[in-house]
Amino acid sequence: MQRLRVRYTKRGRLRFISHRDFARAFERALHRSSVPIAFSAGFSPHPKVSYAGAAPTGAASEAEYLEIGLAERRDPDWVRNALDAALPAGLDVLTVVEAVPGEAGLADRIEASTWRIELPEVPDEAGAAALAVLLALDAFVVDRPTKDGMRQIDARAAIVAAEPVAGASCATLDVVLRHVTPAVRPDDVVTALRLAAGLSTPVAPVATRLAQGLLDAVPPQGARRLVDPLG
Amino acid sequence: MAGTSMFDRLEPLLPLVRKPVQYVGGELHAVTKDWDSAAVRWALMYPDAYEVGLPNQGVQILYELLNERVDVLAERTYSVWPDLEALMREHGIPQFTVDGHRPVGEFDLLGVSFSTELGYTNLLTALDLAGIPIAAADRTVDDPVVIAGGHAAFNPEPIAEFIDAAVLGDGEQAVLAITDIVRAWKAEDRPDGRDGLLLRLATSGVAYVPGFYDMTYLADGRIQRVAPNRPGVPWRVAKQTVMDLDDWPYPKQPLVPLAETVHERYSVEIFRGCTRGCRFCQAGMITRPVRERSITTIGEMVQRGVAATGFEEVGLLSLSSADHSEIAAVAKGLADVYDGTNVSLSLPSTRVDAFNVTLANELSRNGRRTGLTFAPEGGSERMRKVINKMVTEDDLIRTVATAYGNGWRQVKLYFMCGLPTETDEDVVAIAGVASRVIETGRQASGRKDIRCTVSIGGFVPKPHTPFQWAAQLDHESVDRRLAALKAAVVKDKNFGKSIGLRYHDGRPSIIEGMLSRGDRRVGAAIRRAWEDGARFDGWSEHFSFDRWVAACDAAFDGSPVSLDWYTTRERELSEVLPWDHLDSGLDKDWLWGDWQNAIGEAEVEDCRWSPCYDCGVCPSMNTETQVGPTGRSVIPLTPV
Repeated sequence: MQRLRVRYTKRGRLRFISHRDFARAFERALHRSSVPIAFSAGFSPHPKVSYAGAAPTGAASEAEYLEIGLAERRDPDWVRNALDAALPAGLDVLTVVEAVPGEAGLADRIEASTWRIELPEVPDEAGAAALAVLLALDAFVVDRPTKDGMRQIDARAAIVAAEPVAGASCATLDVVLRHVTPAVRPDDVVTALRLAAGLSTPVAPVATRLAQGLLDAVPPQGARRLVDPLG
Repeated sequence: MAGTSMFDRLEPLLPLVRKPVQYVGGELHAVTKDWDSAAVRWALMYPDAYEVGLPNQGVQILYELLNERVDVLAERTYSVWPDLEALMREHGIPQFTVDGHRPVGEFDLLGVSFSTELGYTNLLTALDLAGIPIAAADRTVDDPVVIAGGHAAFNPEPIAEFIDAAVLGDGEQAVLAITDIVRAWKAEDRPDGRDGLLLRLATSGVAYVPGFYDMTYLADGRIQRVAPNRPGVPWRVAKQTVMDLDDWPYPKQPLVPLAETVHERYSVEIFRGCTRGCRFCQAGMITRPVRERSITTIGEMVQRGVAATGFEEVGLLSLSSADHSEIAAVAKGLADVYDGTNVSLSLPSTRVDAFNVTLANELSRNGRRTGLTFAPEGGSERMRKVINKMVTEDDLIRTVATAYGNGWRQVKLYFMCGLPTETDEDVVAIAGVASRVIETGRQASGRKDIRCTVSIGGFVPKPHTPFQWAAQLDHESVDRRLAALKAAVVKDKNFGKSIGLRYHDGRPSIIEGMLSRGDRRVGAAIRRAWEDGARFDGWSEHFSFDRWVAACDAAFDGSPVSLDWYTTRERELSEVLPWDHLDSGLDKDWLWGDWQNAIGEAEVEDCRWSPCYDCGVCPSMNTETQVGPTGRSVIPLTPV
């Protein structure tokens, strides 16, 4: 079985689809395309697709990853084009590479995400000031409503690095978040900015995942680059 | 500028609502056309949540065939949940389409498909959010023409005040005819304004325009007379009938949603109409005659549809799918085509017939044999004669024995409660049937873990059926009979634990009953209930019986009519019914005769395999039954 790793996006209005929605759309796209996907054995065979941690509903992403198994060998670029053509615009396939047997899996190549958080109608200085207040703390716990009631999340501890982005139309922050359990989402960071630093967000913020990967071994000052998991 | 997307204004609200994906559009095969390129613009609405409305076949068919016209644009809109409704009101965002996120109020036409009368309050929400005056009389030449369709449009009187027109019957040719009329009227610079357009629609016969008819009433509340109030408008408006389904092979490019919806499959209507003659069934009465789609067209549609969508399930739809003259060849042919693939076929077969089990075996070649559904509808032999179900208990037992013997583990049985002449014993008899089913199933399968689920719906008398004159059973009696049935099942030591019982309380059926057989005076109650917050009345978590009762009390105060008057009152032959001027083709004398036959427990055979019984549809509508066999087969397409 040929194993391929896929980087894809969730752009524009399709940021509102959930991971379940994406999985259904992706499997249907596989059926429409002529990609020879492999199926699991057993009574109800499933296509061989495994997803690396998905961006939350409402968050856009330039860097989502999954891995598929093919029953017959195909050129990765051909697969990229076939999948991209079968998926709706906004779910765009950027890169497909072949996994080398024996090398680390996707899960072992991802430990953090870079998020771009746009805060519409918030001035640059207000965003930067709030971020400075939050970064000065060692921990900041926020409540997140879940199906099973409120959950306490330390939104500060997961922040590896963060910096304001200059020149955007509103206050914009790039935040590198370590993947921890329970996961800290960009929403939690915004909640922390509101509660810890009194930031006011008149319009719902928009978060976009720019990258995922391993943290650089040698951290420079300030923002940090992530190592491309398909590199 | 007209036709501008409002998505930028909507987007910041979406993170604040449940399941935002339902409002973003972007489905595979969705179409967004340039606003200015279209001469006629339709907004098509299914007045329920997206997850229910998106799979609707009627809307998808009209959406596709309208958008195939170069100068026509059609977009879809669905009911928004109360969380988004509140935010839209707060931020001044009007009802929008999910395709171009354009304001519904800017379209030429708003077509609304009513499968159920419980969607009426959602129509009012959409009109109000769209900024379209709720009362048709208050609309200007710039407001969309609001047209109701779907089965409920066969008696649109309760919403007569809120709609401009209604189309009865098949929509394919009707929407194109309406499009032509609107195109011409606009090209002539809209002569005589809104009234001029409505008059063209009414005189062409394609649509019923309630505003052109006056109703007068007797002192006791009954209708005295319905008459056109201007020249050129027909006394009776006839339904539309598409006569060759092979000419209309839609949907070809079905929408594939990103959000989860109630039906995740590619559905092909294998025939339209039904002449089995079940007396409670409005669909079977108003969609006559039977018109089959040919086996070759079905085969092509399924294969193209699956390839175009990636759906893993194919539904072969109709009112009684096993009745297609070549269903065995369709089932075997398609099962052969998809043998060894992950595509499964389903037949929403509901007739009690061992042949259905054979078909289901064929269709389930690839998959598991989990559940089969049958609809005896009535619990006792007597009851089934009253409703003309033409099924004996022995038929049922033979059928389920075949099912369990062929490896099916669960059988689901549909019944109704509250049928005309029904007694407590008729309903309790369902428990005995279910016990026999389990007993038979254990013998046939040699296992004890088989199950039978009994689902019971409250019967609602519908217009254009032999039961249109019947008294609806009050909800207290429905609940009492269901409680007695439950007690009988629980008491059954041997089989009771293998029987699941599903039913709802009888109150929503009473409101549905009023909305089904009501006249124009019911509009005031709908409006009051809606003003008092009625939304999504088909959803138990949103429906409030007390709110509807209060609305009826207020709306009917000081008049001879009431909620009971519309529902639990039996009608006489001489009474003018609110839909008498709407022509389904059924001869009223035949309907009355069939009603008398029901009371006399006399059955009527299907006219497809016995002589015509003169229901009146074919001669009055100039139509005929179209059935095979053609002798051809499902030809596998060569893969491209």
